[in-house]
Amino acid sequence: MDFNDSPEDAEYRRNVRAWLDQNVPKKIGSTEHEKLAAAKDWQAKKAAVGYGCITWPKEWGGPGGTAIQNVIFTEEESNYQVPPNPFRIGLGMCLPTVMAVGDEDTKKRFVGPAMRGEEIWCQLFSEPSAGSDLGASRTRAVRADGKSDWIINGQKVWTTLAQYSDYGIVICRTDPNVPKHKGLTMFWVDMKDPGVKVTPIRQMSGGAEFNEVFLADVRVKDSQRLGAVGGGWKVSLITLMTERLAVGKLSGANWAQFLDAARRTPGIGGTPALKDQSLREKLADWYVQDEAIKHTRNRAMTAISKGQIPGPENSISKIIAATKLQELSHAAVEMLDQYGIVSGPYLSESAGQFHATLLTAPGLRIAGGTDEILRNILAERVLGLPGEIRVDKDVAFRDVPTGR
Amino acid sequence: MNFDFSDDQKFLKAEARKFLDGNAPASKARAILNDKDKSFDENLWRAVAAQGWLGAAIPERFGGLGLGYLELCVIAEELGRAIVPIPFASTAYFLAELIGLAGDEDQKSHILPKIAKGEMIGSIAVAEGPGVLSPDGVQTFVVDGKLNGVKIPVTDGMIAHTAAVLAYENGQPALFLVDLQHGSVDRENLDTLDPSRGAAVLKFNDSPVTRIGKLGEGWKLIESLFDRAAVLLAFEQCGGSDRCLEMARSYALERYAFGRPIGSYQAIKHKLADMYVKNEVARSSAYYGAWALNTDAPELPIAASAARIAASDAFWFASKENIQTHGGIGFTWEMDCHLYYRRSHQLSLVAGAPRLWKERLVSQLEKRASDGSI
Ligand SMILES: Cc1cc2nc3c(=O)[nH]c(=O)nc-3n(C[C@H](O)[C@H](O)[C@H](O)COP(=O)(O)OP(=O)(O)OC[C@H]3O[C@@H](n4cnc5c(N)ncnc54)[C@H](O)[C@@H]3O)c2cc1C
Repeated sequence: MDFNDSPEDAEYRRNVRAWLDQNVPKKIGSTEHEKLAAAKDWQAKKAAVGYGCITWPKEWGGPGGTAIQNVIFTEEESNYQVPPNPFRIGLGMCLPTVMAVGDEDTKKRFVGPAMRGEEIWCQLFSEPSAGSDLGASRTRAVRADGKSDWIINGQKVWTTLAQYSDYGIVICRTDPNVPKHKGLTMFWVDMKDPGVKVTPIRQMSGGAEFNEVFLADVRVKDSQRLGAVGGGWKVSLITLMTERLAVGKLSGANWAQFLDAARRTPGIGGTPALKDQSLREKLADWYVQDEAIKHTRNRAMTAISKGQIPGPENSISKIIAATKLQELSHAAVEMLDQYGIVSGPYLSESAGQFHATLLTAPGLRIAGGTDEILRNILAERVLGLPGEIRVDKDVAFRDVPTGR
Repeated sequence: MNFDFSDDQKFLKAEARKFLDGNAPASKARAILNDKDKSFDENLWRAVAAQGWLGAAIPERFGGLGLGYLELCVIAEELGRAIVPIPFASTAYFLAELIGLAGDEDQKSHILPKIAKGEMIGSIAVAEGPGVLSPDGVQTFVVDGKLNGVKIPVTDGMIAHTAAVLAYENGQPALFLVDLQHGSVDRENLDTLDPSRGAAVLKFNDSPVTRIGKLGEGWKLIESLFDRAAVLLAFEQCGGSDRCLEMARSYALERYAFGRPIGSYQAIKHKLADMYVKNEVARSSAYYGAWALNTDAPELPIAASAARIAASDAFWFASKENIQTHGGIGFTWEMDCHLYYRRSHQLSLVAGAPRLWKERLVSQLEKRASDGSI
């Protein structure tokens, strides 16, 4: 066991560093539009030299690199201020799904442009009454009369980045008369189709990154189908499995920022807050958790580099990270004492980040599998405990009890 | 033993609930949250004042209802449940309490009747920046009856008529009353984490003041005042966290996943049961605080600390887990969940953060133990 790069990896890292030094953009922009343009440029630049999607196979224009190289690049890149990443859902989830089940034409058409940052993708899974219970999706896809085309009608919700997306993968109900998991089919859709209407939803944090997406008579070709008719559930599992890998690090304030702020903020008895025993203990816990997430991820990467498939055990990182962000930002705001009620320009930069994290962390405990669902996964899939008694599995989907 | 509110007090509570259900739905707090130029709901303020609640604990001879603290506590709980966007706490729990505690006859007869009628909004100005304020950190001074310095943040500082300011005179701490409408006071609006409750930076430039209480006893007075406010705030927090539990419960009954109400899953059941336990711990602690406040018991500092610690914990937990119970929709601006999440921070910080109260509580217990009075 060691943490040394192999000679090849060490060289890879040197090259990455040198390249980043030369190529990281000087300007990221301030408006949405500028940031998006900067993000697209950055992705194109990376893709041109094989840093766009490091593990993607040569066959599809990737460099066919290793999981370890990917970790190395991500580590090194995180030392720089780079543009935001609107590709994470497309490259992390949608395109891997396309590559797994799409036909040759589809892959040829989409993989390259996505990798080069030319096209943005979103994941149209959740619906108003199907979130944790993705298998309960109701958006309908029916065959157009006598044709092989499909007509899609329905509503998706919480779709991150839909407002910027060119394409999306959408899970649809094609047969409500069979048990829920058997009547689903996956398609890709053109987000610019006139039947697709995207309405941003304002989050409790004030921003609007996610959206409602209404699909009204959206006509798609049968060639837009991803996987078999009725095979949508299986396809969605591929997407969710790659999602697990993509969720490495949740963004938000970290222990190092807390420590820094605690050194500068007056605490109890006139000494810096960092001297307050209660805060020291919290800091110790957050540090341990943060490091453990990193090490857990390294264990997973090592396993992957030996050819293993990432399993449900990776859920632990998200369970820890999301809650930690919420507790840390809460404690940081409280550390300011009465001043914690202030927001806006009167806050220091780091205090502003604690505030922002406090208001975004609740979403992280929900997105990509809620705390509760992830615990169920660990209990049932890792520990082998019996599942819930199911009332929705063996009946036709239309007969499953519903509420709000 | 009779550790409960009387029938009359319960009736008052029910009436307050009815009034606030009609006059102060959460949409009122939301309207203030959405409007950058407003930091309170003036009509609601007038309507609440007309109920006489501001004077619930103010003696009749100073224009109040002369009821008592138990009555003020039940009102506070209902105000907290309704997350009212009005300066009730600043005025009734801080300024009125301060005047009652340390004011002279003249101050009482001038100020209390105005508060009781809703004609005077108060505020308390202690903090001077991020972190815990220590005696060395205070940079507000009074010389020859003139105040200079900056207080930030001051909850309700933009709309208050009068502020009670902690400052030093001749090297001695004291509290001073300042007329905020005086030309020597600059006020600047602050953005807040809970925009349904406003705050300001107050800059004093030779502002005329009158002292309240004894010179040298400023910190002691702040402690006594905050003990009293802590009990009343704890009731507001109990009201808010109860409302979160109600919201979570009714959503858990309506929302289905996997063909069942989400409330049928133990993950959700236990979450709601934990909220309930914390809320009841907070309520029992707040009741004890109410008793101590109402009887001026020597136990007040300990009772108030316990109430504040338990209630801050309960509201934070209930407000965050209410969002979690709602899933994606709980994370939206449209749902009311975040209003409570924000308010839980406002209330747990306005009289000093819980960790300070824990320190204060243990110091009290330590003192009691070394006095041999345990
Ligand atoms: C910031 C953010 C971004 C998102 N981005 C996307 C996106 O890009 N694409 C997309 O498709 N979706 C997206 N989502 C949606 C997300 O996947 C869902 O919100 C999530 O799966 C929960 O579903 P729900 O909101 O319907 O809540 P529900 O499933 O209704 O859950 C409500 C509560 O019930 C609990 N619960 C449900 N079932 C069980 C059970 N069996 N056992 C115990 N507890 C249970 C949940 O844990 C939760 O506390 C996003 C969500 C957020 C917050």
